[in-house]
Amino acid sequence: MTQPLLDIRNLHLGLRLGRDLHPLLNDISFQIMPGEAYGLVGESGSGKSITSLAVMGLLRKPLSVSGGEIIFKDRNLLTLPKREMRRLRGKNVAMIFQEPMTALNPLSTVGRQIAEMFILHQGKNWREARRLAVDSLARVRVPNPERRVNDYPHQMSGGLRQRVMIAIALACDPDLLIADEPTTALDVTVQAEVLKLIKDLCAERQTAVLFISHDLGVIAAVCQRVGVMYAGCLVEENSTDRLFSDPQHPYTRGLLGALPRLGGRLENGRQRLVDIDSIITDRSILTKTRCIAPRIKEGSTP
Amino acid sequence: MTAPILRVEDLHVRFSMSGGSLFGSSRHMLHAVNGVTFSLAKGECLSIVGESGCGKTTTALTILGLQQPTEGTISYRGQPFTGPNAPTRMQRAKAVQMVFQDPYASLNPRQTVRKSLSAPLRLHGITAASEIEARIEVMLKNVGLTPEQANRYPHEFSGGQRQRIGIARALILEPEIVVLDEPVSALDLSIRAQIINLLLDLKEQLSLSYLMISHDLSVVEHMSDRVLVMYFGEVVESGGWQQIFQTPAHPYTRRLIAAIPNVDDRISTPPNPKSRDLIVLKNAEFGTDTRVTPDVFRPPSQSKLIEIAEQHWVRISSV
Repeated sequence: MTQPLLDIRNLHLGLRLGRDLHPLLNDISFQIMPGEAYGLVGESGSGKSITSLAVMGLLRKPLSVSGGEIIFKDRNLLTLPKREMRRLRGKNVAMIFQEPMTALNPLSTVGRQIAEMFILHQGKNWREARRLAVDSLARVRVPNPERRVNDYPHQMSGGLRQRVMIAIALACDPDLLIADEPTTALDVTVQAEVLKLIKDLCAERQTAVLFISHDLGVIAAVCQRVGVMYAGCLVEENSTDRLFSDPQHPYTRGLLGALPRLGGRLENGRQRLVDIDSIITDRSILTKTRCIAPRIKEGSTP
Repeated sequence: MTAPILRVEDLHVRFSMSGGSLFGSSRHMLHAVNGVTFSLAKGECLSIVGESGCGKTTTALTILGLQQPTEGTISYRGQPFTGPNAPTRMQRAKAVQMVFQDPYASLNPRQTVRKSLSAPLRLHGITAASEIEARIEVMLKNVGLTPEQANRYPHEFSGGQRQRIGIARALILEPEIVVLDEPVSALDLSIRAQIINLLLDLKEQLSLSYLMISHDLSVVEHMSDRVLVMYFGEVVESGGWQQIFQTPAHPYTRRLIAAIPNVDDRISTPPNPKSRDLIVLKNAEFGTDTRVTPDVFRPPSQSKLIEIAEQHWVRISSV
């Protein structure tokens, strides 16, 4: 049995307002093996992104971790000094964000933004770093990398910008890549290309991926294992094949029934989609230990 | 099939892009929509699919009268919708309305729901307070909200409820045609199902015709009766939903369908297996190589639509 690369143990996280702590994550535990792609799926506000920010050490007040451990390569990230954490971030754990336009600096060329990684983490000089940046762009299959390296983010299309984000994230060959809804802002055909790129590059280098998405199809295409989050709890975890073919938790079943699926419409009519209640309005269910409120009426499909 | 209520014929929209220097300007045209023809029947849901920039929104805007077509005609119930005899904006508003993509951006934050819903009624000459009140009440019930919620402001609602308000606002004048511009793509996954169900229910109830713009093919398959696939300003394939999704002919349509990450691909026995690869024509016959981005500043190459099955059209090169 190999040791997990990332081991999140009983993570509790909350919003601290004055003396009160409003819990947002409840006892989250999961592991990611080296080279494995793990998906976190759930609706807005279920805590997927906060979990990833906790791993990156990017939580800001009033969010604070109230319990548990995040073990990455035998080190607890929660107790790591800030200096150490900064060294780790970008080098060992990297992140791709949802909106490449807001994540990239509009005032500097993409080449410079990639080159920074080599300067900060590998001690290269600008000349070498620039050459490496061109290589990185070529690796994420940006056409004409020598020319594109001098472009500013606004000169690129959404798909290209996301490729630049991937180039920055993978520049230093991280062990873990966190991808937070990396394709939500993209067109379907571009999405398919970007997903393939992430999949190929990570398989090539044995990079583990924590993939966050609300699109079950995307998760199914990329990940080997999936965790389903709801209201700050991990309600179900299984291998991708098992989870989608045999969902156990009513929420997972509701989620699968709520989405129209390609090829799912019958000749003679539509199957009515399962109606999961709107958003999580009742915050009080989070304070209870059992956060799995029976929100879905089983058998509501005609 | 009932007679079409909306007919769009050979629609062209070109934008002039002036680029130039001190020493004279060179004008070139951006060909946004090229010869789009389709009709919409009563009670039908027609979807236009394609990637961003393919002209689907421009096509919808010309129907709403927000964009003037460069060439071509649009007629509504036999009456011209464009040109010198075109109806005024007020008359048009009674026939066609739109539901916008983002319910956070499309509602006026300073107006209560009642104000948002009563303004169109007042503008169209309904002044009796009791009638306005009654119609708002009925409409809110139709979209699954309560009449008491009319006094609230948009920020007091969730995303799904806001989209319901957006739908109510589009329907308050009782239009026959509703343009849905990505109606669920800005919504959270758990709310999508509710809005899709609501839209389908309202279509039945009020016998509305939908013109839906979307790039989410799974939603399109679920909701549409007919589908129009657009690629760089041209319709490359059109047909009934079964024809488009089960026997796609154009390489671009196939690529679009193949690009959708699908949960069922991971399950060994899909619940509803369907053949997706009926090869009707050889790739070369299509003329357009969909892997190469066409130049939108040039007039499109010679091509035509041929009927490969009943009401199933596909574009091939005519050179």
